[in-house]
Amino acid sequence: MSEVKKIATRDSYGKELIELAKVNDKVVVLDADLAAATRTGWFKKEFPDRHIDCGIAECNMMGIAAGLATTGKIPFVSTFAMFATGRAFEQVRNSIGYPHLNVKIGGTHAGITVGEDGASHQCNEDIALMRTIPGMVVMCPADDIEARACVRAAAEHEGPVYIRFGRAACPVVNDRPDYKFEIGKGTVLREGTDVSIIATGIGVGAALEAAEKLAADGISAEVVNICTIKPIDREVVVATAKKTGKVVTVEEHSVIGGLGSAVCDVLSEECPTVVKKIGMQDKFGESGSAGDLVKKYGLDGDGVYSSVKEFLG
Amino acid sequence: MENLELQKIANEVRKGIVTAVHAAKAGHPGGSLSAADIFTYLYFEEMNVDPKDPKNPDRDRFVLSKGHTAPGLYSVMAQKGYFPVEELTTLRKLGSRLQGHPSMQYLPGLDMSSGSLGQGISVACGMALSAKLDNKDYRTYTLLGDGEIEEGQVWEAAMFAGFRKLDNLVVIVDNNGLQIDGPIDQVCSPYPIDKKFEAFNFHVINIDAHDFDAIRAAFKEARETKGQPTAIIAHSLKGKGVSFMEGQVAWHGVAPNDEEYAIAMADLEKIGKELEG
Repeated sequence: MSEVKKIATRDSYGKELIELAKVNDKVVVLDADLAAATRTGWFKKEFPDRHIDCGIAECNMMGIAAGLATTGKIPFVSTFAMFATGRAFEQVRNSIGYPHLNVKIGGTHAGITVGEDGASHQCNEDIALMRTIPGMVVMCPADDIEARACVRAAAEHEGPVYIRFGRAACPVVNDRPDYKFEIGKGTVLREGTDVSIIATGIGVGAALEAAEKLAADGISAEVVNICTIKPIDREVVVATAKKTGKVVTVEEHSVIGGLGSAVCDVLSEECPTVVKKIGMQDKFGESGSAGDLVKKYGLDGDGVYSSVKEFLG
Repeated sequence: MENLELQKIANEVRKGIVTAVHAAKAGHPGGSLSAADIFTYLYFEEMNVDPKDPKNPDRDRFVLSKGHTAPGLYSVMAQKGYFPVEELTTLRKLGSRLQGHPSMQYLPGLDMSSGSLGQGISVACGMALSAKLDNKDYRTYTLLGDGEIEEGQVWEAAMFAGFRKLDNLVVIVDNNGLQIDGPIDQVCSPYPIDKKFEAFNFHVINIDAHDFDAIRAAFKEARETKGQPTAIIAHSLKGKGVSFMEGQVAWHGVAPNDEEYAIAMADLEKIGKELEG
């Protein structure tokens, strides 16, 4: 896959916000002193009057966004996933979620691919936290194309939305003419019969790579991309589990409360299946390059391949 | 509106507070009563609001940052005509629009849901900022408790409002001096309150929270203040109007029993009679 284009989804976020603002004058962007890193600095350059830097005060920023939303604006709140969902959890819950306000939260630098900054900034809990808020849509795009689609869909959707973006460049996996995005819809990217690999975010690229290797061993793996973790596409999850009878989930997130848990929630009710959850195994990350970290924690193509092999016995 | 008329309405608001909390057998009478005159002035004199048109985009906004004093807000809204006064006795009950803390999902006319302390002032900043972005004239008001300002988020918001020169924002601090665990200067003192807001580039006005001349003058001064948000530090008496609740921390979040309710209503009836002259 060496010729595949690689783009960080935070870049997609920054670029798509500009396109969105050109056609939707309600869109405003908020930052907490991280505009360069979240890529909303690009937006600031194009639309200085619609960019509000709140300084290093994320809790207040969530409230500002809520207030703006009550007056009809569509605020995109941008900061690292750690601070958006961790530090400001209760503000998101009470000032945005409870009144069901039309605020979009862009959490960048999610997961361990933050890399060198280390565990303090590597948020592996954001999906879990955001999933618990009633009415919150939670999306984790796999690549540039999906990330841009998420931003557009979020603006169309009435209500709070959390979108997770990454710092590191990741392969474009959705570059095909029939690509269509819809909130709440999962996609089968590769048909298979022996095992289902249900993935989200950068896990999707790793799952596709693993499926290729498994095929060489004579194992037919189905790869399902779940971008919207809430509301999750129950139909596609149940269908693939019924088809293969064996499910593996892949996410750059804690195995507690993320995609793996969401999949288990569905399957335990509708189609009890043994599920192997690949992700951060109740551990903090550490400093290192993104590439070294996904390798160490088994979240790259090789890691997923090995885990699936082991799971299948 | 004459002061006497405002005083009469405020007394009715106080009756509504006591009645609602008594019916609910729970709630926060102390801080609702201390802010009753401020509530009354805001809804009957200061704010451009119409109960028949609660979604008007050009209306003034109010955020009850100290959301636990919802009985005060509900009572003044009922007096203003947002809903029947009789509905106050549904407070906190299953199926009621009058949730324990204000919820805009339940009650039309509320500009924001609140209750978790320190958050409402940030939302009010967002509303005021929106008016600035759109060159609109509406003003935003938010009421905070003096214990509430111990929350760090209040000062994040104050920094933002001062820096952004939100002169369409008025922050009112109901300085009744008491919080759940005791007098605020013995729990974790936020004093000096006025100097803190001044340091965050607010125009600050100290007033007697129960003197309508002072209240009127303060809000007028706030309107005339340009380039700075205004903070009104309203020095109040917790439990104001009900003899046995006045200045008593125990009445922060406790409902009167039937006997106490009768005394409270008698106190307020007496005040009402005196106002009738």
